[in-house]
Amino acid sequence: MSQLSFNEVSLIYPARGRHCAAQLVLDRINLSVSTGEFVVVIGRSGSGKTSLLNLAAGFQEPSEGKVTLDGKIIEGPGTERAVVFQDDALYPWLDARDNVAFPLKIKGMGERDRRARGDELLELVGLPEAGQRRIWELSGGMRQRVGIARALAAEPRFLLLDEPLGALDALTRSRLQIFLLDVWRKSRSGALLITHSIDEALLLATRIVVLSPNPGRLAADIPSSFAADILAGAPAVEVRASPAFKRMHDGLTGLIQAVSPEEELAA
Amino acid sequence: MTLITDLTAFYGYDITAETREPTRPPVRRRQVPVSLISLLTVISLLMIWTAAAAAELVSPVFLPSPAVVATSLWNLLTVGFVDSTLAQQVLASLRRVLGALGVAVVIGVPAGLAIGTSRIGRGILDPIVEFLRPLPPLAYLPLIIIWFAIGEASKVTVIALSMLPSIVISTAAGVRAVSKDHINAARAFGATRRQVTLHVVLRSALPSILTGTRIALGTGWSALVAAELVAATRGLGFMIQSAAQFLVTDVVIAGIAVIALIAILLEIAARALEKWLAPWASAH
Ligand SMILES: Nc1ncnc2c1ncn2[C@@H]1O[C@H](COP(=O)(O)OP(=O)(O)O)[C@@H](O)[C@H]1O
Ligand SMILES: [Mg+2]
Repeated sequence: MSQLSFNEVSLIYPARGRHCAAQLVLDRINLSVSTGEFVVVIGRSGSGKTSLLNLAAGFQEPSEGKVTLDGKIIEGPGTERAVVFQDDALYPWLDARDNVAFPLKIKGMGERDRRARGDELLELVGLPEAGQRRIWELSGGMRQRVGIARALAAEPRFLLLDEPLGALDALTRSRLQIFLLDVWRKSRSGALLITHSIDEALLLATRIVVLSPNPGRLAADIPSSFAADILAGAPAVEVRASPAFKRMHDGLTGLIQAVSPEEELAA
Repeated sequence: MTLITDLTAFYGYDITAETREPTRPPVRRRQVPVSLISLLTVISLLMIWTAAAAAELVSPVFLPSPAVVATSLWNLLTVGFVDSTLAQQVLASLRRVLGALGVAVVIGVPAGLAIGTSRIGRGILDPIVEFLRPLPPLAYLPLIIIWFAIGEASKVTVIALSMLPSIVISTAAGVRAVSKDHINAARAFGATRRQVTLHVVLRSALPSILTGTRIALGTGWSALVAAELVAATRGLGFMIQSAAQFLVTDVVIAGIAVIALIAILLEIAARALEKWLAPWASAH
């Protein structure tokens, strides 16, 4: 088992010129994600969710505190942590299969193995025919699947997902939520997912973390069991309709509105 | 059955269709296409030219008729001018411009990369590019001839220098516009700096580099003709220059037409290359 930890982590963006003062974005965050866990971070926009994920990915360094992987300080990006970006960040100059196989190319895997593995992964995400397709010909939902397949190609221990389904229509979104849950279980990785949606958090998370804005602080860290129900075979519609789900939904809505009063959160 | 369907059955088609109101939203009134206007302009100009030459408004030595120019173009193709056929002249010019393009790309792309990715690179190279950019190539041609003598080297150098700024600037712009997520994604998959540059930065900047190259081809072509006017023994610029000295105006005009035609063909080829190598840039 592996563990990704935030230990008293603060992040300050330095002042830029006269008009942009230094800003404390994350304030003494303590959080850990283990493999086998699905941690969902929820909070209104501007509360520092992306910054939190960037720290975990190693794209940024904390101003104070430590971000560690199995006790070792993270000093940059690494193949044990794969990122799925909100606007897919796929490479338009590569076809779908070469995008998926990109991490393998970086690793130095040969062309033939790469293709075979790329096709396998595309099949896994339900796009067996899409290998030769150009990225810009794919729908938003298909692109996110390609992005997820690319992340899986690196065989990471942690999947870091920054609002990966945020730009999708409701129908595609709920389909991909179940898909994501399935992928996570099969890969036996740890997941850290960011979202705006309370519903999505409740469906996917084994733990829900609420981030309050200005500066970003951990307002709550709550275990959730609906993902386990869905993985056990309960249909998402029924899980959503259950009284327990509704109670949690209301509770979370109240909590989030209490900690971030300026703006309503989309349910 | 109504009368109309009866008639339709009788005639085999709906005869009222033409008289009825259109069911589609009314289309905009048809306009004369721009290409037709352009074509008419060209034809008119040719007709004015023909008329002016026929009326001998000026001496045929100064303004030969289109027919004479066409004949001279044919002669250029078959017999040639000053020991070389038109094909050889064109080839000489094309070789210079493409050779210079190769040199300019090999130097310009790394230079643009350095400007776009490193502060030191920008500090060193920016003033050089900014100095070179506004200079007309003919301004430094004499100096280049002093250094390299009148040979292929001096011409290729001048053309390459005229091409460099647009390639460097467009490469730098393309490199600076690379998406941060694209770079971060590669880094997350363990890419080294070199791999990021090779597989992400340069690939992402390719459309911009190609656009710069296309513009460079245009400037290079003008610089080439200018350089050949001054110092060459073969090539299109040389051809019209020496024809002008003997007042062979028809060859001069034919040469100008060929120069324009090749410039257009280069532009078309460069655009096709862009579409082929960087289809994503025009796809969305
Ligand atoms: N590179 C940066 N430089 C300065 N400020 C930034 C930068 N990135 C984000 N911020 C600021 O940090 C705050 C949190 O941003 P972000 O982490 O993107 O939040 P979220 O993902 O929750 O919307 C915002 O107020 C934003 O303006
Ligand atoms: Mg964000």
